[in-house]
Amino acid sequence: MHNSNSVVAEQFDDRIQQHEASNLGMWIFLATEIMFFGGLFTGYTIYRNLYTSGFETASHLLNAKLGAFNTAVLICSSLTMALAVHAAQTGKRKKLIAYLLSTMSLGLVFIYIKFILEWHHDYLEGLAPGLHFTYAGPHARHVELFFCFYFVMTGVHALHMIVGEGVLAVLLVMAWRGRFSTEKYNPIEMMGLYWHFVDIVWIFLFPLLYLLGARF
Amino acid sequence: MSSAEAELPIESRVHYLNADYGIKSWLLTTDHKRIGLMYLVSITFFFCFGGVAATLMRLNLLEPQGLLVEPETYNKLFSMHGIIMVFFFLIPSIPAVLGNFLIPMMIGARDVAFPRLNLLSWYVFMTGGLLTLYAVIAGGVDTGWTFYTPLSTQYSNTHVMAAAAGIFIAGFSSILTGMNFVVTIHKMRAPGLSWFRLPLFIWAMYATSIIFILGTPVIAISLVLIALERWFHVGIFDPALGGDPILFQHMFWFYSHPAVYVMILPSMGVVSELITTFSRKKIFGYHFIAFSSIAIAAIGFLVWGHHMFVSGQSIYAGLVFSALSFAVAIPSAVKVFNWTATLYKGSISYDAPMLYALGFIGLFTIGGLTGLYLSTLAIDQHVHATYFVVAHFHYIMVGGAVMGYLGGIHYWWPKISGRMYPDGWARVAAIIIFVGFNLTFFPQFILGYLGMPRRYAVYPAEYHTLNVVSTAGASILGLGYVIPLIYLIWSMRYGREAGPNPWHATGLEWTTASPPPPHNFEETPVVTEEPYSYDRLAEEIQVA
Amino acid sequence: MPHAFPLFPVEGSTAAPGVDQLFYFLTAVSVFFSALIFLLIFYFAIKYRRGSKDDTPPKNQVTNNIPLEVLWTVIPLVLVTIIFFWGAQIFVKDARPPRDSTEIFVVGKQWMWHIEHTNGKREINALHIPVNQPIRLTMTSQDVIHDFFVPAFRVKKDVLPDRYTSEWFQATRTGKFRFFCNQYCGMGHSLMRGWVYVMKPEDYEKWLRGGVSGITMADQGEKLYHQFGCITCHGTGKGPAFAGLYGKTVTLSNKQTVVANEAYLRESILYPTAQIVNGYPPIMPTFKGQVSEDQVLQLIAYIKSLGSTERNTGTP
Repeated sequence: MHNSNSVVAEQFDDRIQQHEASNLGMWIFLATEIMFFGGLFTGYTIYRNLYTSGFETASHLLNAKLGAFNTAVLICSSLTMALAVHAAQTGKRKKLIAYLLSTMSLGLVFIYIKFILEWHHDYLEGLAPGLHFTYAGPHARHVELFFCFYFVMTGVHALHMIVGEGVLAVLLVMAWRGRFSTEKYNPIEMMGLYWHFVDIVWIFLFPLLYLLGARF
Repeated sequence: MSSAEAELPIESRVHYLNADYGIKSWLLTTDHKRIGLMYLVSITFFFCFGGVAATLMRLNLLEPQGLLVEPETYNKLFSMHGIIMVFFFLIPSIPAVLGNFLIPMMIGARDVAFPRLNLLSWYVFMTGGLLTLYAVIAGGVDTGWTFYTPLSTQYSNTHVMAAAAGIFIAGFSSILTGMNFVVTIHKMRAPGLSWFRLPLFIWAMYATSIIFILGTPVIAISLVLIALERWFHVGIFDPALGGDPILFQHMFWFYSHPAVYVMILPSMGVVSELITTFSRKKIFGYHFIAFSSIAIAAIGFLVWGHHMFVSGQSIYAGLVFSALSFAVAIPSAVKVFNWTATLYKGSISYDAPMLYALGFIGLFTIGGLTGLYLSTLAIDQHVHATYFVVAHFHYIMVGGAVMGYLGGIHYWWPKISGRMYPDGWARVAAIIIFVGFNLTFFPQFILGYLGMPRRYAVYPAEYHTLNVVSTAGASILGLGYVIPLIYLIWSMRYGREAGPNPWHATGLEWTTASPPPPHNFEETPVVTEEPYSYDRLAEEIQVA
Repeated sequence: MPHAFPLFPVEGSTAAPGVDQLFYFLTAVSVFFSALIFLLIFYFAIKYRRGSKDDTPPKNQVTNNIPLEVLWTVIPLVLVTIIFFWGAQIFVKDARPPRDSTEIFVVGKQWMWHIEHTNGKREINALHIPVNQPIRLTMTSQDVIHDFFVPAFRVKKDVLPDRYTSEWFQATRTGKFRFFCNQYCGMGHSLMRGWVYVMKPEDYEKWLRGGVSGITMADQGEKLYHQFGCITCHGTGKGPAFAGLYGKTVTLSNKQTVVANEAYLRESILYPTAQIVNGYPPIMPTFKGQVSEDQVLQLIAYIKSLGSTERNTGTP
């Protein structure tokens, strides 16, 4: 029988069933996210092939150094997240809190660079379609299309990161209150899957958006 | 639960309806059965809205010049009819109502895998629905439920954003439901319940959930892009930017075609249950029906371009999509033949659920066959976007899906409410619906081939007669829908108490009380036999 | 031949009988299978009803028969394959217009149709054509997606903004036949329709000449060529010459090649920097916003009149 303090929710028979169910649920959720981003990636791929020159020109207008730095930041944050999961599995509360904090901080660095250093900069440079787009060089039409994709794709990605930050904050508070133990760490694992997924999306976005056309 | 206890009068037992009282016990419930009921009320509410829109449309079409409303208003009516019926009635109908109620019970579980997400899905659904209703009340949307660009992004000056946002939000409800069902079916089956012992309703719901999971996100992103283009002029479909309005069509139909299988697969699952119970017979070709559900879901993702044969899409794409569209018809045909064969040497009764099931088979057959016309490139070039298409999909959606839904509601009503409805009235209503339906929609096949375009508020005089016939049928159909609303509500108070298994059906849900206790089963059942074991059940009945 | 209660539109084109025949076949198949299912259901439901003499106890039920499953999978498969090929064959055969098609230009806009014949004759919401002559419509939209549908000819095609689409038909009888806008396009969608007038060749010639100033589309185009200053570059060697351009394979600055068809010419006028011809500087200004879709078509007609390299310029 289950009581309200049980680590196993009422609808499940045992911890194993609960764990497997949560895992399967999170993987399914990630599958939906793949489909969500997939539409954008497909559209992008079609236009990138149709308007190669325009897209390459536009890609060169992005700051690949900042993009690369952000990629490193995210990869590090995935490392700290994986370490957080391990800390949770082994019941190390202090380490869990430290690693969750590190992940959050790295995420915030990413968001700062993305929004303040990149987006705001692009807006001032007249590369923000719909708001302030003044680029008049060759293939202007296709450059604008590229930037439509750029803002939507990195925007949707950033939104996922912000949601992730929110969930991390909740998990942080829970960890602080000692809610996790070697018996109960599943939420941290699930968050780990989600965070890695968001990271992988960026790893696709970075070369597709920032590295078109020869640069060296 | 001992069978003696299950036979006790309803009010002397604790069951899911009386276990807790008060509005909070409903709005904060995590019981899948209560959530199913909440969805039932919600979608009935939306069905009424969509039905009112349809009524006004058909009334308007009584006259070639438009009897009732200006074209501007008519355009809003058909748009709202489509949006509400598709997204807020059909797609949730069987999954959110019957799926939620029955899946845990059919597999011997206490609840779904994620009960709180289940409750969240209802709130998300209501939020989306109310936002869309706001769009109606604030003045409507006139883009059609298909939101084609650039009409929706640059030219329409109606409440596109609110409607798109409402549908977007409601989509998450589908995703959560799909996720819940897949995990529940994978991980929470009772001991002994292997995959091929599952009722076919579960197979159908599983296939439907796969579509929910993989398809819904694509319309989500399509609607986001519409909103961005409309609000910020960030234009991915904008020709002025080198964008392609046909890309929107591809993205939209990539979801919306599988969505129609979301609307029909659950009904097919219901029909499998009804045919077996009311023929007292094992289903013919269990494995074929189970696999055909999966095949329909899979192939259904590959045919979206058949909505675009004349869009400017290449000939080669047209050929591929046409061939695949024919392929997806085969598993459906297999089901129809297997259901018919199930009747052979059965023991058939004519209770209302069976009338709905038989009506489904007939009308779905016609609807499905007319799909072949539309898959045929040369024919589609003539009938695309005419009333032929309108007739085709209403045969499937209304003659198929809604009949299956009503059949399921009637069949499981005793389990849900603990009471029987008056079967005489139910049979009469089923027949009225069948007659009214055919009178409404069969003339539309003819109208379509004669060339009457869809989404026309006014039309040339030569189409007058058939439109009048169609509207006459619609009034009968409407009457048919009102009757069950009345007697089902009546039965909740005054209906005869049903007992655990009024239909003497197989299936785990019939082994527990009606209405069921909050945790469905007092003890986890153990499954030892095939589904639809009516041969064994008959022995038991004879022995008892 | 008017019917009291028609079930089919008049067969008004060369394509119509073929489409109708396939339709009859499909209807025969549908009636057969619908009747089969309906009759079997009725028969079984009555014969095996509860309490009848054939009410069968559920022992030894037949619930599986692989040969039957194969049969009723294979037969439908064969039938749909036949239907697919039959329909595809008609579709593909009719996809390309004959070489000697008369070209007519259609511009759709909310909520009317502008139609222009090459000799300059214009009409609104009406299309006059000669009988027994293939007609190719080159169509574009000024705003949203429309569709040009002639039920009697069994043909329709979407009309898109910023692009040309085309359809063709050959009318086989004189008379007037309705055409409709068949892609929902907003408020006036159901009013965006008109008549196709199919005339005997002599009558068509007379109609074509009537009320026309004698200025053809190509003449109009030439006027615009001067008016917009195109001649300053394209007539002096600063820009590619137009003689023989239509249908020619052009090499672009990125070394790719493209055929100079209607779509290419339209894009060059409205979005000149998209594709630069090899060897020329990217200095052509855009005329988007200055020149209407009708005028673009006239300019294209003019360019065509300067000689074409006849090749596959078929617009989809």
